[in-house]
Amino acid sequence: MSLSYPIESLAAHPAHLSPAYRSSIKRAPSRPLIPMRHTLSELTGPVYGHEAVRESDNDLTTQHKGEPLGERIIVHGHVLDEDGRGVPNTLLEIWQANACGRYIHVRDQHPAPLDPNFTGAGRAQSDAGGYYRFVTVKPGAYPWGNHHNAWRPAHIHFSVFGHAFISRLVTQMYFPGDPLFEFDPIFNSVPDEKARMRMVSAFDLENTQPEWALCYRFDIVLRGRNATPMETK
Amino acid sequence: MQEPKSKGITPSQTVGPFFAYGLTSNGKYDWNDAFTNNLVTADTSGERIRIEGRVFDGDGQPVPDCMLEIWQADAQGRFSDPKDQRALPNSAFRGFGRCGTDANGDYSFDTIRPGPVPDPDGRAQAPHILLAVFGRGMLMHLYTRIYFDGEAANAADPVLALVPADRRGTLIAKRQPGNGNAVYHFDIRLQGDNETVFFDI
Repeated sequence: MSLSYPIESLAAHPAHLSPAYRSSIKRAPSRPLIPMRHTLSELTGPVYGHEAVRESDNDLTTQHKGEPLGERIIVHGHVLDEDGRGVPNTLLEIWQANACGRYIHVRDQHPAPLDPNFTGAGRAQSDAGGYYRFVTVKPGAYPWGNHHNAWRPAHIHFSVFGHAFISRLVTQMYFPGDPLFEFDPIFNSVPDEKARMRMVSAFDLENTQPEWALCYRFDIVLRGRNATPMETK
Repeated sequence: MQEPKSKGITPSQTVGPFFAYGLTSNGKYDWNDAFTNNLVTADTSGERIRIEGRVFDGDGQPVPDCMLEIWQADAQGRFSDPKDQRALPNSAFRGFGRCGTDANGDYSFDTIRPGPVPDPDGRAQAPHILLAVFGRGMLMHLYTRIYFDGEAANAADPVLALVPADRRGTLIAKRQPGNGNAVYHFDIRLQGDNETVFFDI
């Protein structure tokens, strides 16, 4: 399969400089990026076998002696290319705050409790159809220092690879209906509302497990289109 | 019931300040690393090199919370990816590495010198490594390339030729004096004086 990576697709991304997100002010390039043709270096990418993922890595609730506190949830979906085809056997990595909105990272000083039964990191590989699934707890919102009374909407960080080094994506999955959306400069750094909403998972009643866990669906669309359109009869 | 999602790719968001325990834990957290900054295995062929440097922000301050990823060809210029149909099936070299910057903004990779890779017209590109830079404050990662000083092929490289001559030096790793394996120094300046060239790819 030969894929192309139209540059126009990148319009969905935030600008590097988004002044409302203060940390971007000194970390965004001031010179224009230089366009170039994609070469084999850009069009290839790391390929992973199952060796990077242990069987239990996609269940963040079973990594310790006891179960973490919080609302158990299932997060699942497909990794897709721009033509809607599943991206098979690709690595997904996630990390998140615990149910109280606290990360185990040493620099997180939010005065909310750590949970000895929750690290907050997970890993999965999509199957042959691009499908992935995690079990975790719903992360809490948490305050940050960007501006007065700044709070991040609850989110799970996702890192995904795809077919090429230029399909690499790091994003955040949000939860539907979060009242913090309109106040969050990171969420709103994505200029197009429809594109913004693609970062919001959908409540998935159908796949909710009765008596056990609510389910959210989050499909991730990576760059990449069929370079040679299929012939039609 | 789900709303049908609009067409288009999923937008990028920053890795934020707290990615280390999930992506670059380096033994400091209760989680294993999928990737490290050492790409060399015992059976890797090619010249061992180290690439090291520091990441700076627009105030010239070191950036202690960046994640760097590299992607490169093996010593023969072939990628460990079935899409590179020239790849040697017996190559043990994976070509991908990841490193978080430390408290001083420093990073390093142990790898091998890549061979030349063809451009879309079949001309050879000079040996290079792709580098993606992620960090707090960076809503989308930035792509650049690491080339090697003293490499005669740089003069004819079609990508370096796109870069204004006065900025080309930001893409050239500098050989450090010393014996043993070659060490190359490559700083990344996200903004300001001598800003690293980043590519719109």
